Amino acid sequence: MIPEVVQTIPLQYYIYLATALFVIGIVGVLTRRNAIIIFMSVELMLNAVNLLLIAFSVYRSDPNGQVFVFFIMAVAAAEVAIGLALIVMIYRNVRSLDIGLLNKLKW
Amino acid sequence: MNLALLIPLLPFIGFLINGLGFRRIPKSLVGIIGTGAVVASFALVLSLFLNFSGEAQHIPVYDWITVGSLNISFSFQIDQLSLIMMLIITGIGSLIHLYSIGYMHHDEGFGKFFAFLNLFVFFMLLLVMGSNYLVMFIGWEGVGLCSYLLIGFWNQNPSYGYAARKAFVMNRIGDLGFLIGIFLILNQFESLEFASVFPAAAQLSVGDQGIFWITLCLFIGAMGKSAQIPLYTWLPDAMAGPTPVSALIHAATMVTAGIYMIVRSNVLYTLAPDTLHLVAWIALITALLAASIGLFQNDIKKVLAYSTVSQLGYMFLGLGVGAYTSGFFHVMTHAFFKALLFLGAGSVIHAMSNEQDIRYMGGLRKKLPVTFLTFLLGTIAISGIPPFAGFFSKDEILAHVFEHSPLMWGLAVIGSMMTAFYMFRLLFLTFFGEFRGTHEQEHHLHESPFSMTLPLIVLAILSVLGGFLNVPAVLGGSAKLSAYLDPIFAYSKQVNPEAFAETHLDHSTEFMLMGVSVAGAVLAIIFAFVLYVSRKSVPAPDAEITGLPKLVYHKYYIDELYDSLFIKPIQALSRVFYNVTDRLLIDRFGVEGLGNFVRGLSNEFRLLQTGTTSFYVFIMVMGIAAILMYSLRTLIFGN
Repeated sequence: MIPEVVQTIPLQYYIYLATALFVIGIVGVLTRRNAIIIFMSVELMLNAVNLLLIAFSVYRSDPNGQVFVFFIMAVAAAEVAIGLALIVMIYRNVRSLDIGLLNKLKW
Repeated sequence: MNLALLIPLLPFIGFLINGLGFRRIPKSLVGIIGTGAVVASFALVLSLFLNFSGEAQHIPVYDWITVGSLNISFSFQIDQLSLIMMLIITGIGSLIHLYSIGYMHHDEGFGKFFAFLNLFVFFMLLLVMGSNYLVMFIGWEGVGLCSYLLIGFWNQNPSYGYAARKAFVMNRIGDLGFLIGIFLILNQFESLEFASVFPAAAQLSVGDQGIFWITLCLFIGAMGKSAQIPLYTWLPDAMAGPTPVSALIHAATMVTAGIYMIVRSNVLYTLAPDTLHLVAWIALITALLAASIGLFQNDIKKVLAYSTVSQLGYMFLGLGVGAYTSGFFHVMTHAFFKALLFLGAGSVIHAMSNEQDIRYMGGLRKKLPVTFLTFLLGTIAISGIPPFAGFFSKDEILAHVFEHSPLMWGLAVIGSMMTAFYMFRLLFLTFFGEFRGTHEQEHHLHESPFSMTLPLIVLAILSVLGGFLNVPAVLGGSAKLSAYLDPIFAYSKQVNPEAFAETHLDHSTEFMLMGVSVAGAVLAIIFAFVLYVSRKSVPAPDAEITGLPKLVYHKYYIDELYDSLFIKPIQALSRVFYNVTDRLLIDRFGVEGLGNFVRGLSNEFRLLQTGTTSFYVFIMVMGIAAILMYSLRTLIFGN
């Protein structure tokens, strides 16, 4: 059974892994300038969260967590569709994906 | 509709037509409308006067203020006192309007002048016709406004504007007193109607404390309007206005409003002997001070102005010793001869092409025969030579003053000698001797047009005969005016019968008093004649005046005293407030300080808004991390 397989690894390890993935994602978002890579980092953060939700769901024997995971996947897919469209449009306009150029929000 | 309502309404309509149509209405029509309105009012007053039954008539116009138990109506009261005042205002007003047609003919503000003059008559009529203190106060303020407008009539000249402002401000000081007096009356009697205040007051006893303060405050109002010490310095400066204004407003009508008001409130004053004492002494000092300044003035209108201040002093002196009728009688006769003198002076100024300094006149007798003759009659009248108008009214006051206090009488006689001296000095210097002006002026000299000489003649007749309205019993008269005005003083008599008892002076004393004052006046006239006609001396130029005459010539430096006593300290104080309170405290630290602080702060925060997305994200992450750290503080740091 999958739960037993999952439980062969202690919960703390999942938490450490998810935290590590999340932090990698954050650092990616904060440091990279290419919009696509920032996007990928965001996906990484979402997946870290998904992993954590599944781990807790199994250890707690609570199926709600898995339901949330599906929701997050669906929302992430929708977000990717819109986000990529935006990125394409930005590239068409400024011929670059460097978000350093997008500082029009200034006073 | 009652005909009496038309009396103030007609001048007001005249004001509206001339005021709104100013510049569009031809000059000839302006004069006819302006003068016609006042003459029509005069005709109405005359018919009212002739049909007067003797009973005071109350004419409500509309309910004005109704709050709780307080009810103040806009209404008029027609009685003996207001009728006589109305006769003076519209009668002399008509003459002066007529005179103005000639005098102001070359002025470009002709229409404006007539509009203001009409407005003045309207307010003056409100003042005397009002049946309560509030309507009186409207008129009181209105005439002050018109006086301001007309003193500053030639508004291209800044010093005239300054004179107008001075008159306005000084009057406001007095008006504050008057207003407080009105509030006190309202507080004590819960009404402002004459018809309910006076009977209520008649129930009180002599020396009532509340009445003392009321009368004192009302008298402060009278001080301002009627130019008594210490609020008199505006009147001589008011001579900046056109001469008809000086005659109408600053000699015959407005300045006597204070006397009218006190006569109207006679029962209150009878109840307050302390105030009457104060009134008498202030009046006496004013009369003497102004007369002494008049001795050395060289401006033809200034002499008359100080004479007016001095004569107003006599009127108040009469009131102060409780002789209300005598004071009021002098208002009447003074209106005749002082209006005449001012108009005569205007005629001289007109002929002299705006020269007002009597040192550059002289010998005008032959060139201006009508002006000379009428001016002579007016001068004799004011000097108190029998049987001219001034003799009767002044001697009546003097007799009452003698009864009150021989010391005051002596001082008053000295004042009347001074009056005779400076008036004849003026007459001799202007009309006798050789002409001292320029050739151009001499060539230009001419008698004034008929529209100007007619009022002079009418006023001269009134000045000569006016005194016979109230010939005292001692001279075989029946004191008609006193008898006519008697009902006005009914409450006063009820309150203090002694003060209104028959005079206890015997006839020989009265004759002696008259003799002394007439002899004094004649002596002063002879002195003036010797000095200015026989010896032909002419007052020295300004720079050569020294010693005591210099002090008097400069009006005892009272204007300068006020300047250093009130104006300078207030200016210094306001500079301190401006620099410290306003600019330092309020601007630097208060209103503007707060604004500057916020602006400075936002200037710093503005820099945070770089517009760089990654920076925003970084801040957001940091923020989330901080919130997490805070919520999980026990988990991370332990207890």
